[in-house]
Amino acid sequence: MDMKIETLPHPDQDRERGPIINDFSLVVATANGTGSQTANLALLRSIFKLGIPVHGKNIFPSNIQGLPTWYHIRVSHEGYVARRPSEILIAYNPATLLEDVAELPPGGVCVYNEDLGFVPERDDLCYYALPVKELIATSEIKGKLRDYIANMTFVGALAYLLEIPLVAIEESLSYHFRHRQKLVDSNMEVVRSTYNWSVENLSKVDPYRIEPMDKTKDLILMTGNEAGALGAIFGGVSFVAWYPITPSTSFVDALREFLPELRIDDQGKATYSVIQAEDELAAIGMVLGAGWAGARALTATSGPGISLMSEFAGLGYFAEVPAVIWDIQRVGPSTGLPTRTSQGDVTFVYYLGHGDTCNVILFPSSIEECFEFGYTSHDLAEVLQTPVFVLSDLDMGMNNWMGKPFRYPEGPLQRGKVLSAEEVGSDPFVRYRDVDGDGIGYRTLPGNTNPLGAYLTRGTGHDENANYSERAEDWAENSERLARKFDTARELVPGPEISSMSDARVGIIAFGSTRYAVDEARDRLSHSGFSTGFLRVRALPVNGEVRTFIEQHEKVLVVEMNRDGQLHNILQTEYPDLATRLVSAAYLDGMPLTAEWVQARVLRVKL
Amino acid sequence: MKRATGRVNRIGLSRSEYGGDPSTLCKGCGHNSIASQIIQVAFELSLKPHEIIKLSGIGCSSKSPAYFLGMSHGFNSLHGRMPALGTGALMANHSLRAIGVSGDGDTGSIGIGQFKHLVRRNVQMVYLIENNGVYGLTKGQFSATADEGQGLKYAGHNPFPEIDLCIEAIVAGCGFVARSFAGDAKQVRSLLKAALSHRGTAVLDIISPCVAFNNDDSSTKSYGYGRTNQYPLQEIGYVPVAEEIVVDDYEPGELRVIELHDGSYIRLRKLEADYDAGDRIRAVERLQRAQESREFVTGLLYFDSSRPSLAETNNLGDAPLASLPEARLRPTHEDLEGIMRRFR
Ligand SMILES: Cc1ncc(C[n+]2csc(CCOP(=O)(O)OP(=O)(O)O)c2C)c(N)n1
Ligand code: SF4
Ligand SMILES: [Mg+2]
Repeated sequence: MDMKIETLPHPDQDRERGPIINDFSLVVATANGTGSQTANLALLRSIFKLGIPVHGKNIFPSNIQGLPTWYHIRVSHEGYVARRPSEILIAYNPATLLEDVAELPPGGVCVYNEDLGFVPERDDLCYYALPVKELIATSEIKGKLRDYIANMTFVGALAYLLEIPLVAIEESLSYHFRHRQKLVDSNMEVVRSTYNWSVENLSKVDPYRIEPMDKTKDLILMTGNEAGALGAIFGGVSFVAWYPITPSTSFVDALREFLPELRIDDQGKATYSVIQAEDELAAIGMVLGAGWAGARALTATSGPGISLMSEFAGLGYFAEVPAVIWDIQRVGPSTGLPTRTSQGDVTFVYYLGHGDTCNVILFPSSIEECFEFGYTSHDLAEVLQTPVFVLSDLDMGMNNWMGKPFRYPEGPLQRGKVLSAEEVGSDPFVRYRDVDGDGIGYRTLPGNTNPLGAYLTRGTGHDENANYSERAEDWAENSERLARKFDTARELVPGPEISSMSDARVGIIAFGSTRYAVDEARDRLSHSGFSTGFLRVRALPVNGEVRTFIEQHEKVLVVEMNRDGQLHNILQTEYPDLATRLVSAAYLDGMPLTAEWVQARVLRVKL
Repeated sequence: MKRATGRVNRIGLSRSEYGGDPSTLCKGCGHNSIASQIIQVAFELSLKPHEIIKLSGIGCSSKSPAYFLGMSHGFNSLHGRMPALGTGALMANHSLRAIGVSGDGDTGSIGIGQFKHLVRRNVQMVYLIENNGVYGLTKGQFSATADEGQGLKYAGHNPFPEIDLCIEAIVAGCGFVARSFAGDAKQVRSLLKAALSHRGTAVLDIISPCVAFNNDDSSTKSYGYGRTNQYPLQEIGYVPVAEEIVVDDYEPGELRVIELHDGSYIRLRKLEADYDAGDRIRAVERLQRAQESREFVTGLLYFDSSRPSLAETNNLGDAPLASLPEARLRPTHEDLEGIMRRFR
């Protein structure tokens, strides 16, 4: 049923065939391991540098070489970045060629590698055949690298077809190769020769074109993982432990790229430490050890790693140790679809740990927010003395998004209630007493010179003094205090972002990367006179504004990329009296949601 | 805080001030005697309590950090996961000295992976294994260090070869590996002192008999089969009150046979005075031979101080990461602007 929604009438189907400027989507189909990423990113950044809003999504297989991979580039003068079907196909992968061509809408464009022996059959498409082998025959690059450079042929052809200035491509290649001129030159040689060949041999018949704008002049283009890593560094992270797993690896790669640049002191010593642990269980253990000892510590992982972290998550919650865990979600259960995106860990992470564990979660939905939550997550973890999870996803984390340059964090680092030796003073120190009524006790760090300041942290039952206790009242009281602390968290975590329309009867709740499909769907709906409200949840636990929003709408659609409607269920539990207003729109097939899908689901809501 | 009583050390603390809460372990448990040797050594070395952290996993053994150095911070963590926790804590503050206490189940079974990786990274830490060959806290199952062929009342017959944690440590690259016996207070103390001054991981495997569940009545190592007391302990919840087993001072090269509470015997052989602790391959060979002859060799088995500690490998400066001020943690406005320009 859900799949059918994908085949709704294509928005461009009825368009008259005038030029279509800066409003299309193209897909590059190649085989994994053929080095098309350079070509894809060069294309993406060229368009970005021409001032045109753009976004790229890499749909790649869990494989190193050979399986099909698609790179979607959406160009939109209106600034939309959600996934949508492509009108232009670069067909360079023989294995998927027929399927890829079949997916094009009528009037679509197919640029294909002539060497693949493809015979065009559909007569409602525009075809451009490129003699790739011949085009690279004169290149000075030999051997295996020649395959890589072959991808530059479609860049050259598109430069002609879409009218992308060659200087923009050269600039992007220079960016990509970090100004290593030799590499830039050899790639540009293929781009240029293909461009010249195209001018001579192709005649442009399709309507799609690029025209420079000034909409991205002040923006940056970055992946969510890079943004999150930078945020952590500007939040003073000094300890990182991790175990490689897609799609979180590039988060740590970014840390390891920027930390040496930003955090080596005058003596040449590191003010950070990064450890590749033996598994995720060890990674989170190290992070909790470092957090307990007073360093800002993080780990980044994905679903399978989260599974391994559950015992330590419970310990962190109960022993009240700060830690930050980035979960770049992918499709599960089990290894699932390791290179596809999902929002499937919400319930699991919210309650990760046995017994009455409850965790704080942040949901970034832009690179600006990845950066911001990169540092506020550490503030929250230390203020609340608890593990804080940041739930991003593969789409947000690994793909390039436009955003405003990041604002430098305001105010000092918030290190929470940590007592120095002097502050401990001469009265006995009581670690878990709720002095301030917010459920958060005062802690001391190892190394505190006041002999009264020491205590033994433990995961076993304890009294206020951190002494071992199996007394029923001690357990219940401590547990109640932890619940009070979670209520404090409600007020401290970032509140929702709300965009309301006064006449809206339907509200939408979403979080993370799906917000782009929702934004676009709402615009489309409002153009046809259908108003919707939108509340973007930015953190769990939710606070009172969410209740108000639900109350203001007759029905509220909770949009998310999982099967069972995990946030929907959490909200129903949170607001049982409003449960019948909440309608779940949950779907997962590994691909980012589209605006069409959201739109259709909104229209289906029965009022 | 403990009251100062009696003689004080160089920094003005008495032995009792290095004490902790009263032990809740069984009377006569080897773990208790190790805790008191830690207290004694800390007192004798005039260790500053705030410079020490105590770490442990889960088990009877792992409870003991509560029973010593009450003026030091500590973390009684998860079963088998003390190595990870300790690695993070010591990277956050490498000026601290860590005393980690683990059991043979904690280290040899659930935690063997983390143990080997801690050693491999050379995290600066004294890693004590209170080795009794059983799971004490869960009442008498075999641990991975139990002898092949051994029998226990509750667990039956052990068909699997034992893991020798000293061999595992040496093979993983540990630069300080020693074995001792909980009842040999003098040797435990001298090895502890040496371990505390080692740069990197120092593994100390201390045979520490379990009063309650080392109830071996099989014939190979015990005369206990003749005993009449056949009550399964865990059912009637009866644990005999036992005296701590001690061994008097014995000479290098000498063999001591020690009778345990259940009548079984263990054989300890002190390394010869001319034993070369600098030869890794010989050390492993020696341990394997001892295993064949059902002996435990005690003393410093292997020593090599050449490997850098993890803090050195990671190029840390003198100031602990945990105490760096904001100015050294958060890059500047200009840094951020520079990076933003790169992503334009
Ligand atoms: C994840 C997990 N599994 C199982 C246990 C139960 N458990 C507690 S202690 C223990 C064995 C301890 O044996 P050892 O480390 O040898 O310590 P001992 O009690 O003998 O000193 C087990 C299995 C646990 N606490 N956590
Ligand atoms: S059960 Fe064994 S290991 Fe545990 S405290 Fe008693 S004697 Fe010691
Ligand atoms: Mg044991």
